[in-house]
Amino acid sequence: MIASLGHRVNEALQRLGFAARFFVMLLLWSGQSFRRMHLTIRELYFSGFQSLLIIVVSGLFIGMVLGMQGYETLQRYGSAEALGVLVALSLVRELGPVVAALLFASRAGSSITAEIGLMKATEQLTAMDMMAVNPIARVVAPRFWGGVISMPLLAALFSTAGVFGGYLIGVVFIGVDEGAFWSQMQASVDFRYDVWSGIVKSFVFGVAVSLIAVFEGYDAVPTAEGVSSSIKSTVVQSALAILALDFVLTSFMFREA
Amino acid sequence: MSDDNLVEIKDLDFAYDDRPILKGISMEIPRGKVVAIMGGSGCGKTTLLRLIGGQLKPSRGDVLVDGLSVPRLRDDELYALRRRMGMLFQFGALFTDISVFDNVAYQMREHTNLPEDLIRDMVLLKLNAVGLRGAHQLMPAELSGGMARRVALARAISLDPMLIMYDEPFAGLDPISLGVIGQLIRKLNDALGATSIMVTHDIQESLQIVDYIYFMSDGKVVAMGTPDEIRASQHPFVHQFVFAQADGPVPFHYPAKPLAAELLGNGVHERS
Repeated sequence: MIASLGHRVNEALQRLGFAARFFVMLLLWSGQSFRRMHLTIRELYFSGFQSLLIIVVSGLFIGMVLGMQGYETLQRYGSAEALGVLVALSLVRELGPVVAALLFASRAGSSITAEIGLMKATEQLTAMDMMAVNPIARVVAPRFWGGVISMPLLAALFSTAGVFGGYLIGVVFIGVDEGAFWSQMQASVDFRYDVWSGIVKSFVFGVAVSLIAVFEGYDAVPTAEGVSSSIKSTVVQSALAILALDFVLTSFMFREA
Repeated sequence: MSDDNLVEIKDLDFAYDDRPILKGISMEIPRGKVVAIMGGSGCGKTTLLRLIGGQLKPSRGDVLVDGLSVPRLRDDELYALRRRMGMLFQFGALFTDISVFDNVAYQMREHTNLPEDLIRDMVLLKLNAVGLRGAHQLMPAELSGGMARRVALARAISLDPMLIMYDEPFAGLDPISLGVIGQLIRKLNDALGATSIMVTHDIQESLQIVDYIYFMSDGKVVAMGTPDEIRASQHPFVHQFVFAQADGPVPFHYPAKPLAAELLGNGVHERS
């Protein structure tokens, strides 16, 4: 049993080492990939633009739920006008980056892993390499950067849709004062502290999710079972990474305040 | 290295972890010839192609392609060499997200600055050579197995390579497609002035089109010769292979203890 545990730890460490080496290779080959920007723009379309619907709709619903729950609590203390602040801060600081990243991991991350994994299983990556075209520069790097660039934009749109959802419920349906809703939000949400910290978070999540997605695809066992297991790993590992990184980043950001 | 040979393999050993695959292989592939490497499944044929293409590195020995030692090349030198090689993969390995036309144009667009008009003409000529000019707008998913193999062949020759490698070009094809691919391999090799290495276990088709055959078994070269020499060979392995006999030097049974011992319970019981 100890031997099997040791074997597993050894394997995990080797894989971590391989992932680190893969990340360095990815960064080194990114220059070549950036020189052909249309490749990254194409991936921005596939992982970013095509995730828009799920991001905006989810943001809207989360904002509406926040509006209802927030109003329920705030009105007990007679401060229903602070609803705008509550909705905006919850979204911009936490829910926007975290939930958008979780959705992105399951919508775009899993499809990136599946695509690269299947390309590997059908020898397309090997064929590319034999044609003197580096698969990391041609396939992996554009998908990675497509994800990294998309993530903060999607998180921002998620938060925007959420704020609108909170407004719909709070102001339009419940009847909270519109002026107070917006002005308190404007007065209390600090760009550098709140918005910027959300952007930093979503950028870090974007790097983590995209790296996990491309690595799992590239490292997939080239069989149907192997690719399916890699897709599952992408979703599970991304979710854990997002939540763990969120804790770490939030701790640092609190300390700064 | 002799100038007459495009590829020379010298005393090559290769192992996956502790499992030896190739044991002291030596071969010479003369320029302009079509050479088949034959052997049963799992004897290391495809591994050998990957060693020639530089995708794997040998544990001992050397692979020379056009005078260059493939295992010692830097990445950029290896890529420069690969631009002069074409490879046909077992199931085509076409890029499934782009059309037949774009598949064949792929290397031209990646490695040259040719204008798109010229690329179009060249792609159509390559596709015409494999009889699929009319299919240039199709997606790979719309092709039959034989057509996909022909498109992959057109892609493999898109930059007029000096060396074309074929990994099981006949696997899974109907007799007509098989004959078409066989004839194309021969004709394209001669028309391009290239050299071809074909890894296959289809003996009858190969005897029709190749100039020389190496037989591999258990990671070693066990026999070699021209098609006529192979037909006349009394070598037990070649005989088994040419006449498709189930048992011979290549045993029918996977190594196991005697059947009686296993059935009478003297063996180790497996738990499910």
